Amino acid sequence: MMAARNRYGFVHAWALLRRAMIVSIVALLTTTPAAVAASEDDRTIVVASKTFTESRLLAEIMSQMLEDAGFTVERRFGLGGTLVCFEALKGAEIDVYPEYTGTLGQAILGFTEDVTNPRKLAAGAHANGLNLLPSFGFNNTYAMAIKESLAEERGLRTVTDLAAQSDLTLAFSHEFLNREDGWPGLSATYGLKGSPSGIEHGLAYLAIDQDRIDITDAYSTDGDLGRYQLTVLDDDKGYFPQYLAVPFVRQDLPYRAIVQLERLAARIDDGTMRRLNGEIVIDEKTFADVARNFLQSQSLLGGGLAPGSLREAAVRKVNWQAMGVNTLVHLKLTAFALALGCVVGLPLGVLVFRSQSASRVVVYLAGLLQTVPSLALLALMIPLSGLGERSAIIALFLYSLLPILRSTITALVTIDPLLKRVAEAIGLTRSQQLWRVLVPLAMPNVLAGVKTAAIISIGTATLAAFVGAGGLGEPIITGLNLNDISLILQGAIPAAGLAVTVELMFEGVERLVVKEHMLRGQMPA
Amino acid sequence: MSGFCVEFRGVSKSYGDTVVLRDLDLALPVDATTAVVGESGSGKSTLMQVINGLVRPEAGVVSVLGAALDYDDLPRTRRRMGYAVQGAGLFPHLTAVDNIALVASMEGWSRSRIDDRLIELMALLELPEDLAARYPHALSGGQQQRVSLCRAMMLDPPLMLLDEPFSALDPITRAAIHDEFIKLQQVAARSVVMVTHDMSEAVKLAQHLVILKDGEVVREGALDAVMSDPGNEYVTRLFEVSR
Repeated sequence: MMAARNRYGFVHAWALLRRAMIVSIVALLTTTPAAVAASEDDRTIVVASKTFTESRLLAEIMSQMLEDAGFTVERRFGLGGTLVCFEALKGAEIDVYPEYTGTLGQAILGFTEDVTNPRKLAAGAHANGLNLLPSFGFNNTYAMAIKESLAEERGLRTVTDLAAQSDLTLAFSHEFLNREDGWPGLSATYGLKGSPSGIEHGLAYLAIDQDRIDITDAYSTDGDLGRYQLTVLDDDKGYFPQYLAVPFVRQDLPYRAIVQLERLAARIDDGTMRRLNGEIVIDEKTFADVARNFLQSQSLLGGGLAPGSLREAAVRKVNWQAMGVNTLVHLKLTAFALALGCVVGLPLGVLVFRSQSASRVVVYLAGLLQTVPSLALLALMIPLSGLGERSAIIALFLYSLLPILRSTITALVTIDPLLKRVAEAIGLTRSQQLWRVLVPLAMPNVLAGVKTAAIISIGTATLAAFVGAGGLGEPIITGLNLNDISLILQGAIPAAGLAVTVELMFEGVERLVVKEHMLRGQMPA
Repeated sequence: MSGFCVEFRGVSKSYGDTVVLRDLDLALPVDATTAVVGESGSGKSTLMQVINGLVRPEAGVVSVLGAALDYDDLPRTRRRMGYAVQGAGLFPHLTAVDNIALVASMEGWSRSRIDDRLIELMALLELPEDLAARYPHALSGGQQQRVSLCRAMMLDPPLMLLDEPFSALDPITRAAIHDEFIKLQQVAARSVVMVTHDMSEAVKLAQHLVILKDGEVVREGALDAVMSDPGNEYVTRLFEVSR
């Protein structure tokens, strides 16, 4: 549901926000803008991207073009998927991001046929106050990727050739596997058999490289294709729709900016895009460098050093400091969300537990919130609270409500009825019953619920990177996209450490607040 | 104040179609122990909970300590009715003395007044001082029940309600606590309403009997009077099986 085209959408991807912010700060300090023509040019243009390499690179290319024309650019790269980007664009949180025509037609505008008809697409964009600029020039469509050596050995050139092969191991990204225009349609069109399994796209190439799988879905401009000596099978029946990359912009973008972006039209063909992607993922160059070199080679820049490139190069090597900052941001998101969860969940639980029906309604509603996929919840937050920490904290808070509410209500409801009766019969008032008896007796289970909420929050907060809130999701997602294990670990290890630390911390709190024999659950005989 | 600690006039209570108490009239004497005896399902526990307002009857008037029960101000009335139950019902998160002193501290008693009363009560029920700081799980069943009685007596209430408080104890411990209870009542008799299914316990501890069957009083009167004239076959049988 999230996104056509967004193969990385469900990866905990996204990262470059802080890097982008540093870059733009440096940009602010070092740029000597060309003469600023109109007053509308004074406003900052927010350029965004999805999580995967190509999207970021196109966004960086557009950013540098705009900066070269004297605009101040704010980079919000790595937003979590099509829906997030589209909502942000519609809500004027961002001004431009690269989108693909096929994605726009299917996932955003919901066309069922003729999905890449330019006139229909333009009309759909206009209806939302948006514009499509001319395509960059390449078609990044789905492709079946296979090892060159294997393809040669079996004489496979086209997808049609695949139908005769029954012993190949297929594994596709989850999105491709389930999208109507992915595997189900492809296998029907070509009469393909076999039962493919799902695999995270970032891992598929490693799997294919180690001969664990034979075929996976790829994108025709994927820089990794060259790295792993993979070839793509020709879509000889023309099944896959066109995915032309275009700048997707707000209609209120300054005219000069539109003109500047239109200069990128038809500058990048399939081969060029594959090469540029390869420079990032294989040669480990920075987005800023690759973008600047490309623009200079096309004589699109006025010349001079593109701002931020040196700094970005430094950032890609940094680990300890970045890890520290990410961990702190992560901790902050979790702590705020958890605090909110307690402030709302604990009193609410105490308020409703005496009424069975009210308890049921509240727990049911909180459970409903929890069933909303995290990424979807984050996307839904954008129209309400924009991109950034606030959205992430609200989403995490909503997620923490269920464990806190449920444990509070259950803990209070399941207290030995005899003790409840005694508390009332010996003459305690209602509030004395609550504070002197019920709450202390419920405390161990309530704390367990808060602890669960905390651990869940730490895990889920890696998704916060999708809406530009930073945290340990940043390196994980970037690492997955760049196949950079070290980057992934720079997020994963601190996250695990954080979870263990929080667990230990709560044990300490339990020991302080709850008597040991209560933790063992011993009750008087 | 009338001469009764508890009076029921036309009290009825039912749960759905099941009548638990049927048009009950009762008058229980002050400064004596009344045993409400009946089998399980006779309504005796409900009767006890009607007295302290945990259960509100559909019909009838309940008077306790000379005044109709005020359902808007139950905590205050309940503090004049000590309460002890089967299984002790001690709060596991509080030590023995904190269990005993809980309501007193809610009443705003001073620390020294609480301490004095604690020492007095623990001596009265022969609870060793080193048990004071223990949590309930570290006490024996008998010790827990003594602590529970102390809690019921803490505010020196004019009425005590005992809901089968001794029935979960082993025979030897039960006999010992029975003796202590008798001694307590001899030293300073107060009004006690005790629910039990055990007629021999009733005979041993009470001066007044209420025999309950299917939500109705089948016999009520002074112990001696009921024993010499059971009045009906059911009561006769109760005496017989308890021997």
